[in-house]
Parts: sequence; structure tokens; C-alpha cells
Amino acid sequence: MAGETLHEERDVIGPEVLDRHRAMSTIMEELEAIDWYDQRIKAATNPELQAVLAHNRNEEKEHASMLLEWLRRNDAEFASHLRTYVFSQGPIREVKTAAGGVATTGGSLSIGSLKG
Amino acid sequence: MDHLFRELAPISEAGWQEIEKEAKRTLKTTLAARKLVDFVGPLGWQASAVGLGRSKVAEPPSRSSVETQLREVLPLVELRVPFELRRAELNALDRGAKDFDNDAIIDAAREIAIAEDQAVFHGYPAGGIRGICEHAAASVTIGGATADYPSLVTNALNRLREAGVGGPFAIALSERCYTELTGSTEEGYPVLQHVRRLIDGPLVWAPGLDGAVVLSMRGEDFELTVGQDFSIGYLDHDAELVRLYIEESFTFWLLSPQAAVPLVFPEAAAQDRSPPHQSNHRA
Repeated sequence: MAGETLHEERDVIGPEVLDRHRAMSTIMEELEAIDWYDQRIKAATNPELQAVLAHNRNEEKEHASMLLEWLRRNDAEFASHLRTYVFSQGPIREVKTAAGGVATTGGSLSIGSLKG
Repeated sequence: MDHLFRELAPISEAGWQEIEKEAKRTLKTTLAARKLVDFVGPLGWQASAVGLGRSKVAEPPSRSSVETQLREVLPLVELRVPFELRRAELNALDRGAKDFDNDAIIDAAREIAIAEDQAVFHGYPAGGIRGICEHAAASVTIGGATADYPSLVTNALNRLREAGVGGPFAIALSERCYTELTGSTEEGYPVLQHVRRLIDGPLVWAPGLDGAVVLSMRGEDFELTVGQDFSIGYLDHDAELVRLYIEESFTFWLLSPQAAVPLVFPEAAAQDRSPPHQSNHRA
């Protein structure tokens, strides 16, 4: 269970951070599963088994993407960086320079949702 | 460089940090709707509208048998509040002054926060925004003594449950209501405490609200979409002043008018109100 890896008292963390922890833990699990599937697909010798494993792996990628989007919607700072880098073109280290931002947030105060 | 042109401002990194710190602090204190409604975004400055999933018949481009439909959207509204800072104050900040004159930042942040909340709670017809209070299916009139507030809130909660709306329920209180509730007692306890016990969600101070509103936080009833979240940009400067602005782009989509019951003062209740729109969402 994701809650087993909490590093601070549950009461102190609060529901908002706890939900983000759940999302991040699940993304980690999905990415780990994708990695395992990648290796097993490569190692499998039966083509039909390879196809089934590839299907399963791709579903994990969908799950990870949905969770990443949830995290983006619930973490304004994360959203700001994702907007800078995701689907950008050219060398990744030069993306921010090309965007011309002085601050990493691009001037945004990153208020986001104040629920929770 | 982006459209905020911050690089052109004669402001040090320490200056920007102080400006942003003060603006954030004021926004987080003043904003109320963001503590209550669903939040989508930030979608970025380029985002222009939210699709409503609906369309309306339009005249075809030519006399033919072609049928034409126009997609309906909620355009994002740009809010901007300019403000000025004295360069001498910014210089003092760089020298280590701790009593930086931040009044202009606080005033601007408060003004734009209240503008967002007023649009959400009371609507902004020019931007196509229907407000939670103006389009609620039912309302409760505030009358009598402050001690009556708990029964008014109970009444509002009953209206919500009768409409099939589930909790958790929150309450937003205008400055006037908040002051009244904190300044009076009932059975030895502040009336505010009595109200708080009736609500299983947050009790929020909302200076952009008139009256009060009890609303459901079950989700998918109220949706605030932000394009560019509150940001500070640069206008111009001279030897004395730096002119900046705080801005955002946003819209608000009222999905379930029946998921909120406003508490309105008699003078507001007496005013003519437009009839509530038909909900296009679940009961």
C-alpha cells in the first residue's frame, strides 16, 4: 500500500499531499511494470506471448499517462515545468532558454487549486 | 522572452522574489472560489476557450443545402490589474531593507482575486460566466438576528438535500457575514462555531462574495478553468517608478446550479433577478 512509505505523520501531511503521494506512488508502480514488461517481451520466445505482454505493457503506459495528467492538474509547479518541456522540440536542455523565461515558473505565481 | 516582458524590468532577482512572495500571500488569503470548486489548468496563455460540447444552428455560408452548426464555447477572460513600485523602494530592498513598501502589490493582488471570485459567485455576463449565486435554483433570505444563522444554514442544507445534492458541504461567507458571525455569541459560543458544526466541508472567508453560499463539494458541479495562472508582468519604467501588472486568464462553468444555495441579504433578494437557467447537468 502506498501509505506504507510515508515519511511523515499522516495527520501532519493532510489530504492534499496524501493524494499526491498516492498518485506518485502509483505512477512509480506503473513505470516499474512497463520496465518489467519491456524486458519480458524481449526475452520471450513465443510470438503470441510477446504480443499479449506488449498489449499489457501498453495499457500500463495509458495508466501512467492518466496519472501524470492528474498530477499536472493538482500540482501547479509541476504543471508549469511540464508545459515547458513536454511535447517541445530540439535539445531538451535548451528548451527553457528558447522559451525565454527568467524564472522557472515563467512568471506564474503557481497558485492553482486551493482545495484541501 | 514571453509576453510578460519581465526581463526588461529594472528589478533584481531579490526584488522579484519579494514581489511574488507578497502577491502569492495575498492571493492565497483572498481567493475563495479556488478553495471550493473544481480546478482545471493552468492551460497556458495560448488557451482561448473551453468547449461546451454543444452547438447551435447558424446561417450557411452560401445558399445551398449545407447545414451549419456553430460550436459553443466559454471564452477565457483576461483580468489585469496594473500597479506601480517606487524604484527607491526596490533599491532599498536590494540593500537589505526589511520594511519594503508592498502596499501596491497587496492592493493589486486583492483586487484581481476579488474580481475572479465575483465572477464565480455572481457572474460576469460580458464574459459569458454564469455565477453560482445568481443562477442558484433556490436561495435563503438572511433576516432577523445573527443568532439565526445556524437555522438559515440548516435550511440551505435541507434545500440541497431535497434537490438530491450530496455532500460534503462547504460555506463561503462574505466579509459582512463573517464579521457578524465572529462578533456575536449564542449559548456562550461564537455563532461561527455553531455554523461550523453544521458543515462537514470548509468554512471559507470570501471578500468577493455578497451574503453567503452553502454549496456541495462532491465535485463536477462547478468548474474553474485557468489558462494562465496569476502572473506578474512588466509594462514600463522611468527614473522614479516601475509599472507592473498582475494578470490571469480564466473562465467558470456552472454545471449544476442546484448544487448551491445562497444566503442573501433582504436588499439583494428584493432586486430583480434573472430567472435561473436550465441546468445542463445532472441533478
